[in-house]
Amino acid sequence: MLQPRIIPCLLVKDGGLVKTVNFSEPKYIGDPINAVRIFNEKKVDELIVLDIDATVNNQEPDLTLISKLASECRMPLCYGGGIKSVEQIKKIISLGVEKISISSQSILDPNLISEASLLVGNQSIVATLDIKTENGELLLFTHNGKIKVDKDPLALIRKLQKKGVGEIVINSISKEGTMSGFNSNLIDRIIKEIDVPLTIMGGAGSHKDIYQLFEKYGLLGAGVGSLFVFKGQFRAVLINYPNDEEKENILSGYRLNN
Amino acid sequence: MIAIINYGLGNVKAIYNVYKNLNVDVKIASKNEDLRNVDKIILPGVGSFDYAMNCLNDSNMLDQIMELVLINKKIILGICVGMQMFSESSEEGLGKGLGWIKSKVEKIPSIHSEKYLSLPHMGWNNISNIKKNKLFKNLDEESNFYFLHSFYFNADDEADVIAFTDYGISFPSAVNAENIYGVQFHPEKSHQNGIAILKNFSEL
Repeated sequence: MLQPRIIPCLLVKDGGLVKTVNFSEPKYIGDPINAVRIFNEKKVDELIVLDIDATVNNQEPDLTLISKLASECRMPLCYGGGIKSVEQIKKIISLGVEKISISSQSILDPNLISEASLLVGNQSIVATLDIKTENGELLLFTHNGKIKVDKDPLALIRKLQKKGVGEIVINSISKEGTMSGFNSNLIDRIIKEIDVPLTIMGGAGSHKDIYQLFEKYGLLGAGVGSLFVFKGQFRAVLINYPNDEEKENILSGYRLNN
Repeated sequence: MIAIINYGLGNVKAIYNVYKNLNVDVKIASKNEDLRNVDKIILPGVGSFDYAMNCLNDSNMLDQIMELVLINKKIILGICVGMQMFSESSEEGLGKGLGWIKSKVEKIPSIHSEKYLSLPHMGWNNISNIKKNKLFKNLDEESNFYFLHSFYFNADDEADVIAFTDYGISFPSAVNAENIYGVQFHPEKSHQNGIAILKNFSEL
């Protein structure tokens, strides 16, 4: 039986790993390759690595880092940050990355999604959208939550699927880094619009949060940041992931319902 | 010596690293000279059918690979679209496949008794109904592997199928005909179970 996915999400800034709260206050937490090695040992389902500098500083994707990450990862890797063209996508796929996350460019130019998925197959093309919920409204942002985009997120989600996107990752800006639970208001609004695999990020604060996400919404991916890199109330850096038994418990709610 | 075909897609280095850690003789083949004195071949893949076939043709290694596999009967393992290329054709593309195993690559149906199944088939799923095959040595009957695909290898002859996986339909997730092996999942991204498959392949 296909299982829901529990996915650590790592943020890269200046070549190091950081963790943010509501997309702000980046705190340095260590070396990306070291983190990948630890996550290899912990047998994680997948890994998302997002370069949060690239688009903001208008930089090219860091191919040296991507190549190192891809050869080190013993789990599927989704890489995002600064990807704007089919040429970049071909290059990154050739380095051995399974999935490519396209964020701001998928909003500016949805045709990139169709071109890319025709070429490398839709299974490798991911659109990542940063959404804020405010007074019941869904607001779309780019550039680490700094630039608001005047587009309806639901219409965009429908369009990206028509263009052949293979997965949609929704990042809740209001919940990101808060460890206060996933944003069910946001999920309720978007989930019926989505036919492709969906991954939800922002807010995971405990294994129970992930259990409840799968129990309620079924087969989706849980993107997890702070919970898998911090330990304790003082947020000491400690890379962690559910062990086999904990993972069985997290998935048990989904299994009962399906 | 195992050669991993480097033709512009697929996770060549991750497979290479697995074998290095297992102390298995392995090399990355990017040109015909790299295919000398090779015992086994791995054809990795992440991508669409036509793009993969085009990349393989452009690598200029295809004639040499065909000679090794079809005449010298060297053992080959295709991974994901690497396996799908062993088919005669694919609904995903217009071009021809290699036609080494009688089969067609078809799209996984997304609607089953009015229930919608999301595609791509993405994530960890188990294999089942496995046949006795050295590729599965030391693996449990229902081991989990990572899948990432919308199309599946529909083999004409069920005798060529050595494992199935359920996703709406039951599709072949591993095949073997003589010296030709293929897996739909990604062993290089499936932790211990994947490493076991790669190790078993090296010992065939």
